[in-house]
Amino acid sequence: MAKIKGTVVVDTERCKGCDLCVQSCPQSVLELNAKVNSKGYHYSTMVKEDDCIGCTACAMVCPDAVISVYRVKTND
Amino acid sequence: MTKQDILKPENLVYQKTKLLTKNVMHYCPGCSHGVIHKLIAEVIDEMGIQNETIGVAPVGCAVFAYNYIDIDWQQAAHGRAPAVATAIKRLLPEKYVFTYQGDGDLAAIGTAETIHACNRGDNIAIFFINNGIYGMTGGQMAPTTLEGMKTVTTPSGRNHEMNGYPLKISDMLALIDGTCYVTRQSVDKLPAVMKAKKAIRKAFENCQLKKGTSVVEFVSTCNTGWGMSPHKANLWMQENMTARYPLGDIKNI
Amino acid sequence: MEEIKLMKGNEAIAHAAIRCGTDGYFGYPITPQSEVMETLMDEAPWNTTGMVVLQAESEVAAINMVYGGAACGKKVMTSSSSPGMSLKQEGVSYIAGAELPCLLVNVMRGGPGLGTIQPSQADYFQTVKGGGHGDYRLITLAPSTVQEMADFVDLGFELAFRYNNPAMILADGIVGQMMEKVVLPPFKPRRTNDEVRKQCPWGTMGKTDDRERNIITSLALEADVMEATNNRLQAKYRIIEEKEVLFEEQNCEDADYVFVAFGSAARLCGNAMDALREQGFKVGLLRPITLWPFPTKRIAELAQKAKGFMSVELSAGQMVEDVRLAVNGKVPVTFHGRMGGNIPSAEEIIEKFKENFNLK
Repeated sequence: MAKIKGTVVVDTERCKGCDLCVQSCPQSVLELNAKVNSKGYHYSTMVKEDDCIGCTACAMVCPDAVISVYRVKTND
Repeated sequence: MTKQDILKPENLVYQKTKLLTKNVMHYCPGCSHGVIHKLIAEVIDEMGIQNETIGVAPVGCAVFAYNYIDIDWQQAAHGRAPAVATAIKRLLPEKYVFTYQGDGDLAAIGTAETIHACNRGDNIAIFFINNGIYGMTGGQMAPTTLEGMKTVTTPSGRNHEMNGYPLKISDMLALIDGTCYVTRQSVDKLPAVMKAKKAIRKAFENCQLKKGTSVVEFVSTCNTGWGMSPHKANLWMQENMTARYPLGDIKNI
Repeated sequence: MEEIKLMKGNEAIAHAAIRCGTDGYFGYPITPQSEVMETLMDEAPWNTTGMVVLQAESEVAAINMVYGGAACGKKVMTSSSSPGMSLKQEGVSYIAGAELPCLLVNVMRGGPGLGTIQPSQADYFQTVKGGGHGDYRLITLAPSTVQEMADFVDLGFELAFRYNNPAMILADGIVGQMMEKVVLPPFKPRRTNDEVRKQCPWGTMGKTDDRERNIITSLALEADVMEATNNRLQAKYRIIEEKEVLFEEQNCEDADYVFVAFGSAARLCGNAMDALREQGFKVGLLRPITLWPFPTKRIAELAQKAKGFMSVELSAGQMVEDVRLAVNGKVPVTFHGRMGGNIPSAEEIIEKFKENFNLK
């Protein structure tokens, strides 16, 4: 059966750690990193990479447009 | 399938539009302004009207809007953006002209300019960010501040006997013959963001249809001014702001 | 053959605006200048030259429409009278701060407050000393005839675009309302959008692929940036002061006493001067045409040999301060003025002249 797999790339330097992407993710894929970027923000990070479906919810609600989303259909 | 397998250009489904500049926005983390800027930039990009669009920035937090969207911009005096946009559109009728204004700018100091641009039916788009507070000056009461809502100038909460009522200016603008499209949107969740983007597109398209003025109100958050996390601000907005400012089209002709 | 017409100063402004290729006029009715917009509406230039004429909801909106049009590089103007110009001051400051060219017309009436609809020159301070906030200057032209009302429209735009600075025609209600013969300027076509882009590459007419986006703003939060902006403005103002002073002199070469007056007050002083000359007094008249930049140098030169100056104004005495600064204490500088819409007669000026300088 075809499955949808996705992943995201976070521009961690521009991320302000607002947490909106984390809250918006239906798969709870994202969390704020314990580490901070050069501005001191806990940036968004994928913690459950396998669960991402590339739905773009995180990217669409991101006020700083720091998230790129990739999606692919697989037959795995 | 590994992340590297998915990370191929052909699988890219969403990225920052090239219409947003490299400048990091000055807004607080989680601010609705960023999302709305992004949507406006995306629509301009998708419509292919980068060279045909002139934006008018307000006074308020969004005064620096011109730093973020890669189009020609003018920065207007406080509240006067609709008058400025009127002249641009009259002198360059083939262009897409929009204002970007907060609640203080549009619904307090600029009420007259807003109403009369709408009444003339000037073929501009007005994007109105309503977060119920003055963000840039430090969280004072706005005309749209809800009753009971605490701000630094209503420390015990807005009281209509002293401060009047939260102004539903979009409803007023819908009554004016010159408006063709008045809608209230939000940008807190994916479906809302998708709808808001469609509303922005429609407002831009109307600019060339000679139907009149389009107004898109965004019921927004100011998590810093409200003293909440961005997520909590969204929840508070959903529960309280939309009760006074219900989402959806108010007028669409 | 020249086409000579008879019309009011306000009407001349409107006709000249159409003829010199103005792109837009934005105004709000106020006495005694309403004929400017009325004439434009009657002429309907949008059918001929394509000029936009719009009655705004307020003076505040009108000046901000001027800002919007000027920021596109378009040739735009507004007109008003004193209380209306007070309302426009915020916009004027923004326009000066953003370095935009435009033409402003103030047909002055008496104040303060709602004052009177009668003529006055009491907005001299407002116009040449600031008016709005911040360090800025307006190129200020003071017409004394209907002909100059017509001619200064083109001149005002010319100077405004040369320096990317607002220019003001500061007329009093007399010059606005009186009828005189006038030769209107020849028709000049409006610039095409391509010509506007070429003349004003900074204009916000929509980005082009060969340039970065243009941003029109007067905002700079960093002190160093804002100071640099101010320094640039001041350097520009020094050039204007050096190059653009205009004035008219009569009988100043041998004058013992010099009247300094602008607008309709200068006409009255001209009559007084002629009468005094007949009585044997060597009197001259210096009429500043630009109130800023002010003819400071010329007045200082005349102060080397004159025995006294007298400023005559339809105010409590405003320009007289600049005359005093120019004379710098070398000889007495006296004043006579009327307010509230009253106008001094030539006889009154002559009497005050003799009284001020102890002459018989």
